[in-house]
Amino acid sequence: MLIVEALKVAYGAAQVVFDVSFAVGEGEVVTLLGRNGVGKTTTISSIMGLVPPAGGRIEFNGVALNGLPPFRVAQTGLGLVPEGRQIFPSLNVEENLVATAASRFGPPRWELKHIYAMFPSLAERRRNMGNQLSGGEQQMLAIGRSLMTNPKLLILDEATEGLAPLIRNEIWSSLKHLKTEGQAILLVDKHVDALIKFADRHIVIEKGCTVWTGTSAALAADATVRQRYLQV
Amino acid sequence: MTTPMLRLDSLRKGFGGIIVTNNVTLDVMPGEVHAIIGPNGAGKSTLVNQISGLLAPDAGGILFDGRDVTALPPHARAQIGMARSFQITSILPKFPVLENVALAVQARSGSSFRFFGRAADERELNLPASDALEQVGLAGRADVPAGDLSHGEKRALELAMALAMKPKLLLLDEPMAGMAREDSDRQVGLLKRLKGQVTMILVEHDMAAVFALADRISVLIRGQLLTTGLPEDVRADPEVITAYLGEQME
Amino acid sequence: MAGAIFATPSAAGRLRSRRDMVVPALIFLVLVLVPAFAAATAQKFLIDLTARIMIFAVAAVALDLVVGYGGMISFGHAAFIGLGAYAVGILSAEGVGDALIALPVAILAATLFAWITGIVCLGTKGAYFIMITLAFGQMIYFVATSLAPYGGDNGLTIDARDTVAGLPLFKSDTNFYYVILLSLLATYAFCRALVASRFGRVLRGAKDNASRMATIGFDVRRYQLVGYVISGGLTGLSGFLLANSTEFVSPAYMSWQRSGELIVMIILGGIGTLDGAIIGAAAYLVAEEWLSTLTENWQVIFGPVLVLIVLFARGGLIGLCVRFWRRRGAFS
Repeated sequence: MLIVEALKVAYGAAQVVFDVSFAVGEGEVVTLLGRNGVGKTTTISSIMGLVPPAGGRIEFNGVALNGLPPFRVAQTGLGLVPEGRQIFPSLNVEENLVATAASRFGPPRWELKHIYAMFPSLAERRRNMGNQLSGGEQQMLAIGRSLMTNPKLLILDEATEGLAPLIRNEIWSSLKHLKTEGQAILLVDKHVDALIKFADRHIVIEKGCTVWTGTSAALAADATVRQRYLQV
Repeated sequence: MTTPMLRLDSLRKGFGGIIVTNNVTLDVMPGEVHAIIGPNGAGKSTLVNQISGLLAPDAGGILFDGRDVTALPPHARAQIGMARSFQITSILPKFPVLENVALAVQARSGSSFRFFGRAADERELNLPASDALEQVGLAGRADVPAGDLSHGEKRALELAMALAMKPKLLLLDEPMAGMAREDSDRQVGLLKRLKGQVTMILVEHDMAAVFALADRISVLIRGQLLTTGLPEDVRADPEVITAYLGEQME
Repeated sequence: MAGAIFATPSAAGRLRSRRDMVVPALIFLVLVLVPAFAAATAQKFLIDLTARIMIFAVAAVALDLVVGYGGMISFGHAAFIGLGAYAVGILSAEGVGDALIALPVAILAATLFAWITGIVCLGTKGAYFIMITLAFGQMIYFVATSLAPYGGDNGLTIDARDTVAGLPLFKSDTNFYYVILLSLLATYAFCRALVASRFGRVLRGAKDNASRMATIGFDVRRYQLVGYVISGGLTGLSGFLLANSTEFVSPAYMSWQRSGELIVMIILGGIGTLDGAIIGAAAYLVAEEWLSTLTENWQVIFGPVLVLIVLFARGGLIGLCVRFWRRRGAFS
């Protein structure tokens, strides 16, 4: 589905991504791992068209994404749940969900009622303003909002950042649920143990380069990967 | 009992209800390279900005070489020996490389309220500036407009400007950011040569650089100081591991 | 690199080689020769026009100091012209008509106003700075319009130009022309030196990256205030010359339109070059003179020309000249 090959990204003269390559297939859950500052969010920003790539290739279902503006990238079927959630504070929950809803590839899998079924606490708070929600609820709202665009590939950047363990587990559960439905997911997160339990493959990035890829089993078996690239 | 070069005392800073610096107390000893690391949202830059004076803490104090500088504006802290480099390279792009550094020298070479005489010709300023450029390997680029330098060269220039201030304390805010392995290795080599001559606070994500340079490491998690210690100890500390990898799941 | 010295705030700021002296040398040569030329061709109005150009050039050069080199966009600089002019006017009305008193008072008034307003203005940045300078300019304008004993809205006619230590040195237009020329030369030379000096370098550095300058150890606001005050004082000189030249003072001298005209002049000539300020003043006033013979609404023609220059000729007229000369290899 998604092919990223030899990606280079720079902010002006400061190059942050030097050589990142990976792929996400239909129905796969793939994670991007690495310490902060290595270029994970920059890679995602580049895929989404927020920062133009300085080199390399990005392709989604046969469409070249290099140089496309973000809205076109989204229209090819990529849905981003951004770092920091970035929900619309001046809209209420329902408005947040509906504002960017779309169904570009036939009858929608995700409509309002499905989101409310998956996240009951959002249903309870449907009239609350976006910025009146707790961190966890905002995260669910951000995921719901993205699902409402019926994406082919869901990208989550640090979806459990700053959340209490209980809420985090709820988020993992909903993601697991999405996986059983066949949703392809690209995930940036640091909770390796949790990710090993339901992700298919892992891509490890260090200083802007892909340094390790492998299955969950391989990652669980190799303690050095964790020590070298994920810990201090 | 040596006076710390920098002492942070119960520093607190909040932005609109969110506490970004939460009761940070830290001592940086003279001559050491002290790294500050932390995962996302740790508040490292906010901390550095409070140390250099660009941000005022809500509570707590900052002592620099024994002197209370909490209320001192950035230029005054620079005057008494605190130099810093910026996370996003900050130089004077329209000026030639040499003049960038000469200005740093000028700031502590007598009055700048002189309205006559050609500043760019002053040997008193240009000589120390050239020396600093030599130290960072930019001597050959002295006449180039600083905006035309490569990213790595701009970083080196920032370092030269900081060195020209003959600082007691060097605040380095992500000096390796935006550089490939070869460039950061070079930068690390540069900083290694300066070890011991000047106290350094290094805020960095690049662990290779941190472990190559740091004498001690402080770990910041969500605005709070988790631990301070020797690099190997910090690396093995289970709380630090949890902070970086998350809790073990049941 | 030499060309860049004209078109952009140069790193050196100063005249680094003989090449850079060419333009100012030419300018002042022309200015010196104008009276002789005017006499020879019996076009007396040339002296009046050029005198007026030079008077505004003094203000424009002073403005370029803060805008082009200091990065502080003042939209209230005409206030200093007005203060200098009214110093002359008010003193004259009160029976004091000597330059030895009027000139220092004019400059002092402008300097003081610049200092007090500068402290307030420099606490702001960007659009707010522009608005506050504009507001102060308007404030002084309305004070002048309410000065009933000194003509108020209608302005005040001055009996005669100032004497100098009792001698009527300004009386003849040609003599006074040379006084203005000397004032412009002195202002220009002073600003040239200033811009290359330690002080000037701090100012230019602050324009390039103020926060960097602060962390190097410069109290940027203090330097900017001094620069602003110097500029204000020099612009007061312009007002002194204007009042004496026209033998009339009016609030219109410090309207916000006047402040805007000054900015147009330096943009037209080339911001941050000092030479451009003089050329811009000349171009603007000549255009005004010439185009207004064609139509009363000459600004309808002038406006689009200015827009074109801003869009396509970034360095102003000076920048255009440099590019032209460079292509012809004159400066190769």
